[in-house]
Amino acid sequence: MTFVAKPRVHHPKLPVNEIGLTRRDYEGSVSTLCAGCGHDSVSAAIVQACAELSLPPHRFAKVSGIGCSSKTPSYFLNKSHGFNSVHGRMPSVMTGSNLANRDLIGVGVSGDGDSASIGFGQFAHIVRRSINMLYLVDNNGTYGLTKGQFSATNDKGSTSKKGVPNLYEPIDLVSSALQIGASFVARSFSGDKKQLVPLIKAALMHKGMAFIDVISPCVAFNNHSGSTKSYEFVRDHIHNVMDADLIMTHDEVTADYAEGTREDVSMPDGSTLQLYKVDADYDPYDRVGALNYVQRMQEKGEVVTGLLYVNPDAVECHDIMDTVSRPLNELTEADLCPGSDTLAALNQRYR
Amino acid sequence: MEPTNIFDPNYFHKVVDCQWACPAHTPVPEYIRLIAQERYTEAYMLNWDSNVFPGVLGRTCDRPCEPACRRVRTEETPVAICRLKRVAADNKGDVTAFMPQVPTEKNGKRIALIGAGPASLAVARDLLPLGYEVHLFEQDKKGGGFMRSQIPAFRLPERVLDEEVDRILDMGVHCHFGQEITSMKAMMDMNFDAYFVGTGAPRGRDLELKGREEVDKHIHIGIDWLSSVAFGHITEIKGKVIVMGGGNTAMDCCRTSLRLGAESVSVVVRSAFEVMKASEWEKDDAMREGIPIINNRPPKEFVHKDGKLQGVLFECVTPVKGEDGRLRYEPSGEPDVFIEADHVLMAIGQDNHCPWIERDLGIEFDKWDCPTLDEVTLQTTNPKVFFGGDSAFGPENIIWASAHAHRAAISIHLFCEDQDLIADRPPEGVNLISTKMGVHEWAYDAEHNAASRHIVPLNEEKTALTNIRVEVELGFDQVLAEKEAQRCLNCDVQTVFTEILCIECDACVDICPMDCISFVANEDEEPLRMQLMAPADNKEQDIYVSDVLKTTRVMVKDEDVCLHCGLCAERCPTNAWDMQRSIVHVPQLGSYAE
Ligand SMILES: Cc1cc2nc3c(=O)[nH]c(=O)nc-3n(C[C@H](O)[C@H](O)[C@H](O)COP(=O)(O)OP(=O)(O)OC[C@H]3O[C@@H](n4cnc5c(N)ncnc54)[C@H](O)[C@@H]3O)c2cc1C
Ligand SMILES: Cc1ncc(C[n+]2csc(CCOP(=O)(O)OP(=O)(O)O)c2C)c(N)n1
Ligand code: SF4
Ligand code: SF4
Ligand code: SF4
Ligand SMILES: [Mg+2]
Repeated sequence: MTFVAKPRVHHPKLPVNEIGLTRRDYEGSVSTLCAGCGHDSVSAAIVQACAELSLPPHRFAKVSGIGCSSKTPSYFLNKSHGFNSVHGRMPSVMTGSNLANRDLIGVGVSGDGDSASIGFGQFAHIVRRSINMLYLVDNNGTYGLTKGQFSATNDKGSTSKKGVPNLYEPIDLVSSALQIGASFVARSFSGDKKQLVPLIKAALMHKGMAFIDVISPCVAFNNHSGSTKSYEFVRDHIHNVMDADLIMTHDEVTADYAEGTREDVSMPDGSTLQLYKVDADYDPYDRVGALNYVQRMQEKGEVVTGLLYVNPDAVECHDIMDTVSRPLNELTEADLCPGSDTLAALNQRYR
Repeated sequence: MEPTNIFDPNYFHKVVDCQWACPAHTPVPEYIRLIAQERYTEAYMLNWDSNVFPGVLGRTCDRPCEPACRRVRTEETPVAICRLKRVAADNKGDVTAFMPQVPTEKNGKRIALIGAGPASLAVARDLLPLGYEVHLFEQDKKGGGFMRSQIPAFRLPERVLDEEVDRILDMGVHCHFGQEITSMKAMMDMNFDAYFVGTGAPRGRDLELKGREEVDKHIHIGIDWLSSVAFGHITEIKGKVIVMGGGNTAMDCCRTSLRLGAESVSVVVRSAFEVMKASEWEKDDAMREGIPIINNRPPKEFVHKDGKLQGVLFECVTPVKGEDGRLRYEPSGEPDVFIEADHVLMAIGQDNHCPWIERDLGIEFDKWDCPTLDEVTLQTTNPKVFFGGDSAFGPENIIWASAHAHRAAISIHLFCEDQDLIADRPPEGVNLISTKMGVHEWAYDAEHNAASRHIVPLNEEKTALTNIRVEVELGFDQVLAEKEAQRCLNCDVQTVFTEILCIECDACVDICPMDCISFVANEDEEPLRMQLMAPADNKEQDIYVSDVLKTTRVMVKDEDVCLHCGLCAERCPTNAWDMQRSIVHVPQLGSYAE
């Protein structure tokens, strides 16, 4: 919690993006989270990603559930639409929003409690439906807002602040998302914006369900030595396999990666998804392979990060349902009720 | 890069841009805070301690601090540092209780100060509390030097000057006024323990030009004319006036002429407007009073008829930027311009001039008639003789005179104590004191104030332009002063970083409104400056580099545009950042602040 308001003034050389805005124009109100909370870094990463992509800040729909993580949409993109819903219910509100207005850029922020406990069912179904959105979980292995109970993503054996070990098996949201059919699955760390920002950019421009699990330490309740979601543990056990970035048509392409490790994938909107293999043997197009790899590494206590799976040709819910390209909320009575002549013609077909 | 040594006294001193730029290193943010708290007397004393003439300087200072002010880099207009100083002087209470004690028992050393300008007066102020017997020799009837004879009363009322000059004289100076010194040898025969020469740069330049001789009585040397006005020998100027020159003296000459009844006044400058020596605000003041400034017109000839000046003929030139970036002037091809004039005031510069110092006393002079001096000690080649103010390195200003005086006083003291003037000089120092009072409480007003610079209210033009004694500026009232004081960023409240506490959570990076903080792989300075959240391309400003952190990265903070808002310290979960007030110790004899 910060009492001094963040001044509006910014660095005189802060870059201006394609639509004339600086990164500061994508911020939200001042965070009320604990100082040092990983979630604030994730919000900062979202701000940076949206600014770099020059997306219009008022064309977002930010939806969340309940939790410290679910509070964060207040702290970015304060010019956009938002809905802070009920615990675990972000997916249903987001589904509704997306069905009503497919033109808004959907950003759902949830917590490990919000998505892996009370909202696990909702999580599964929105992934399965392939709603076109970024689904981002601030994963701290704890219920931060309610003062530090173990969440369902907390590793077995990891201890509470007082030293009590967790006795249950963890839910790995990355594995679940892969298994249920998300077409873009990534994991990152709030303390590594170099990796996280490009991943968010790629996810925002991905068509279909883009899921990012962001390990985001809770400094108040889960950053001690017995925790597997602390800054220190994560830094020591991180294993990056695949960086990804999204290059817009207007961006300058800088390739400082070794020859042969980069692969460019053209996206339907003209942008380019760039993949950089950190682990040369990793195949980001192999869903089953990814699932196996993540699980095996988890057994060893390693945290696999990066773009773990992507299907650039994925379809999203509106394609599956074959809806009109215009947002449904824009359809007028004239569009929806074509008149008695059309009805008569239609009826005629069934006679 | 190597980790920054924040205990180097200069490191944080440089971050306080205004104090660093002030020749006397006045602790600006501290006095501005005192003004915001309506503690005018303390604010005054803090100033008096460093710059000796706060009431005078609050009206007339050349203010090198203002272009240096951080606010120029963050939001374009500097804090009105100078005019806030005046507020302290205008609103202070009785300061007698705060004055340094001057011992009645003297230390047995006698010092001669020659010339009673700001330089000598400040030396006297520094030496008296140590028990020196100080003798001040001055050709005029009163002390003050150019502050009295040159700076017009509409900028500096006499009572303000008298108060600050008398405050020093009343500390027990032996005044020998009305006594022109014509021989340094005779002075040295009086066997003082040390001599300080503060006679200024008293010779105004003249211009040898066709017709000059014939119209001598219509042509006046600017500084001589101004002092005649100041001492009441000249009370009017009739007809049309041309002021030649583009410096501050020219601005004072033209504004004074206007008030003494000139029918018309114009300033004609040989060079371009941008390169004129006068300060921005002095040019603005003259132009606001309706005085035209005509540039790129070198004079050619004084035109006269029957021994009477008709006017001046000027050539027309155009400035051309050379490869070295400097302006050169080429004939513009336009015909020469004739400007009518009954009087010409020549304000084209001054020179040092010490014909009264015999050249066989071991005091060496260079070809510009300036003494050969050690820059730090201000000692001449004769160990007993010291220089300061305009007489030392040529014309400067009052604040430089004060700064020289502090340096010279230390040297004189060391000399009289038989100590080494360099090795035994008191060192600079810095103290750091945390301003943390509670979880979200700081001992300073950290909130950023976005207001733009407040304008100083002026006297009504009708009265101001007809009476030379009416001060043009009214100064800030207390309400405006408080508002202006809030614009100060408290650059002396430093961001201090403790490596071992940092958990590298990025909270400070995310919250910093100016993108000052980065965590990056260490490199040499040049590449490192370009790796940061925002490129640190202002090389004049240091970057603060931490020791290696757990992730092998380093914290790098670009000091350039930091607002000192304390948000990094507010956000840091481990107190790895703290906001600490740096108090810079600038060596000075008998400092009140110590
Ligand atoms: C027109 C004009 C306007 C200025 N305005 C400003 C301003 O607004 N702000 C600013 O900061 N600076 C200003 N200055 C500059 C400033 O006045 C000087 O830099 C400053 O006064 C220098 O101080 P000093 O003590 O070295 O010498 P001075 O102030 O020049 O004092 C020297 C004294 O020595 C005396 N003296 C000289 N020779 C002898 C001798 N042989 N025997 C006895 N006495 C002698 C002189 O009478 C004089 O009183 C201005 C200068 C001029 C010419
Ligand atoms: C229906 C309902 N059940 C329980 C709660 C209490 N509750 C609030 S937040 C929370 C858990 C939040 O954990 P997570 O989503 O991981 O967010 P974090 O605070 O860790 O970011 C719970 C159980 C609630 N608000 N609503
Ligand atoms: S309790 Fe934990 S998750 Fe919640 S704001 Fe504090 S550090 Fe963040
Ligand atoms: S903002 Fe205040 S402390 Fe900083 S340079 Fe300007 S006057 Fe000095
Ligand atoms: S907020 Fe504190 S702990 Fe976090 S990175 Fe900055 S200095 Fe380190
Ligand atoms: Mg949580």
